[in-house]
Amino acid sequence: MFVLLAGSSMAINWQAFWLTLRLAVIVSAALFVIGLPIAYWVAFSRARWKFLVEAIVALPIVLPPTVLGFYVLVALGPRSPLGRWWIALTGHTLAFTFWGLVIGSILYSLPFAVQPFAASFAAVDRKLILASATLGASHLRTFFRVIAPLSIPGLITGAALSFAHTMGEFGVVLMVGGNIPGVTRTVSIDIYDRVQASDYSGANATAVLLLAICFVLLAIVYGTNRRAWAVKPVE
Amino acid sequence: MKSAMSETEIHHTAARVVSEPDLTAIHSSCPDSPDAQRRGSRLEARIRKQLGEFVLDVGFRAACGFTIVFGPSGSGKTTLLDCVAGLVRPDKGRIQVGECVFYDSSSHTDMPVAKRRVGHVFQSLALFPHLTVEQNVGYGLARFPRATCDARVGSMLRDFRIAHLAVRSARDISGGESQRVALARSLVTDPALLLLDEPLSALDAPTKSKIIDDLREWNRMHCIPILYVTHSREEVFALGDRVIVLDRGRILAQGTPHEVMTAPLQETVAQLAGFENIFEATVESAHPSQGSMTCRIGNSDAVFLETPLMRADVGSSVRIGIRAGDILLATSLPQGLSARNVIPARVRSLEQRDVIVSCVVQCGAEGHREPGKNMLEMEVHLTLAARDSLQLAPGREVWLVIKTHSCHLMRG
Repeated sequence: MFVLLAGSSMAINWQAFWLTLRLAVIVSAALFVIGLPIAYWVAFSRARWKFLVEAIVALPIVLPPTVLGFYVLVALGPRSPLGRWWIALTGHTLAFTFWGLVIGSILYSLPFAVQPFAASFAAVDRKLILASATLGASHLRTFFRVIAPLSIPGLITGAALSFAHTMGEFGVVLMVGGNIPGVTRTVSIDIYDRVQASDYSGANATAVLLLAICFVLLAIVYGTNRRAWAVKPVE
Repeated sequence: MKSAMSETEIHHTAARVVSEPDLTAIHSSCPDSPDAQRRGSRLEARIRKQLGEFVLDVGFRAACGFTIVFGPSGSGKTTLLDCVAGLVRPDKGRIQVGECVFYDSSSHTDMPVAKRRVGHVFQSLALFPHLTVEQNVGYGLARFPRATCDARVGSMLRDFRIAHLAVRSARDISGGESQRVALARSLVTDPALLLLDEPLSALDAPTKSKIIDDLREWNRMHCIPILYVTHSREEVFALGDRVIVLDRGRILAQGTPHEVMTAPLQETVAQLAGFENIFEATVESAHPSQGSMTCRIGNSDAVFLETPLMRADVGSSVRIGIRAGDILLATSLPQGLSARNVIPARVRSLEQRDVIVSCVVQCGAEGHREPGKNMLEMEVHLTLAARDSLQLAPGREVWLVIKTHSCHLMRG
């Protein structure tokens, strides 16, 4: 694999690669911040309409990326209140920009962060949470001192899955961002372009790189989950 | 219930005298009051909580020292503790410790769990598995400066003899050690009240009694009410200054363990307290000069029992409870006994339970038995050796020997 990579390193579109990497880092970091409170709510709320929120969060898993991308594009465009507000603020539309991609990708990868987070929060022994409360800890302190430390495998899984999922996404990016080199042309679109242009060896080099990154990430995820019960005391 | 409450007050006079000056110093003191003011505070609770079909409806007070909450599973013991701790919100009532109101339905007061600072040791202990013993014990001290926190954790670890475990992970220590850590963790915050939900049920007796001794020693200085939930009779006698008997969400009896458990006034308490034999009886005659009376059991005119004297009219009905372990069996008519009740009977069945043989006998002399009539049956507990040496078998004729004071009278 490495020989393959080294031999065709010239063929890889590094601009697209770094752009994709930047997108994935920003999206997974944002999802970590946005996903924690949503997951906390999903795991602990007793609201009657919780199932609706769960269904909405899970939608991107089953929805065709083109459908999601289409609605994001409409929402970002000059015909929606959000799009108009953004244009009034900055003078240009969010559609076909890097930050438009970020918004679309956050929505698209939301379940890949929220679901592992929520599952691991819900798996924390409820008595530990009650014990923390009886010892005078606030909800926030209980979260950071008890729930989060005991959910580390779930947090790693959520972060890695949302990162890997963003690295490889295609449909939403194409719909929202188009194909502007250096702005919205990601690795997966680059691969598509090369295949369209019959540049199979170039497509292969980029595809192998993406494959390797995703494999390594998933290996980390399953590796940490295997050792989930061997967590050592936090010093 | 009223009389039981006044008894408690008498019972705890000694403890209250010590705390009197502190009590007068309390005005609107709540969790952040100085520690001295929290000492000697008393728990007063009236709680009503409906959970589906089940209704918990109790009112009690608990002063300094152990109050045992005793009852079978499903009687509402844990719900009661959860209401006091604030983990479950009652439908109605008032919960107060000292001058600090935790819950009051009439004024819509419901103090959050974290503010109540009630020490709560769960049945599962709920030690934080990702923290060390030291970190577990210090968990409730986050609002104190580091030095204060370290000092208090240190002295708590010493008081509960777990200083050598300080840096061990909470998941790598034994059962008895875990109990000590859980206790130390709850007490380090200097709570006004300690709730223990069967925390020691899994321990062997010596380990348990050592832990209890250390807890008593700690409470000698702090003098807080300790609610101790259990379904074990032995623990009631071993620990209790006072016991509250709970069944199906209601308090059946309260008082000292001796009062409640050895001379139960209600049949349900008697069953809980381990009276295998409970009979309806009629007072046949009273012998005030001898401190005894004679009772006739059931409608059968064959069985008479001499019981301790109770203020009851001749002809009135009473209930008699006899522990299966308090009855002797003889294979020939015994002579020269102090026991006043010697009753002919016949063995109906023998059943071995662990190291005890439960023997069911039918009472009454042979000649009086009427075919088809329900015979009076009693359960008698024997050792395996006694069964073998007496060569007991179903059908064998025996005599039951029951001391007058083994017959416990209850209100009908």
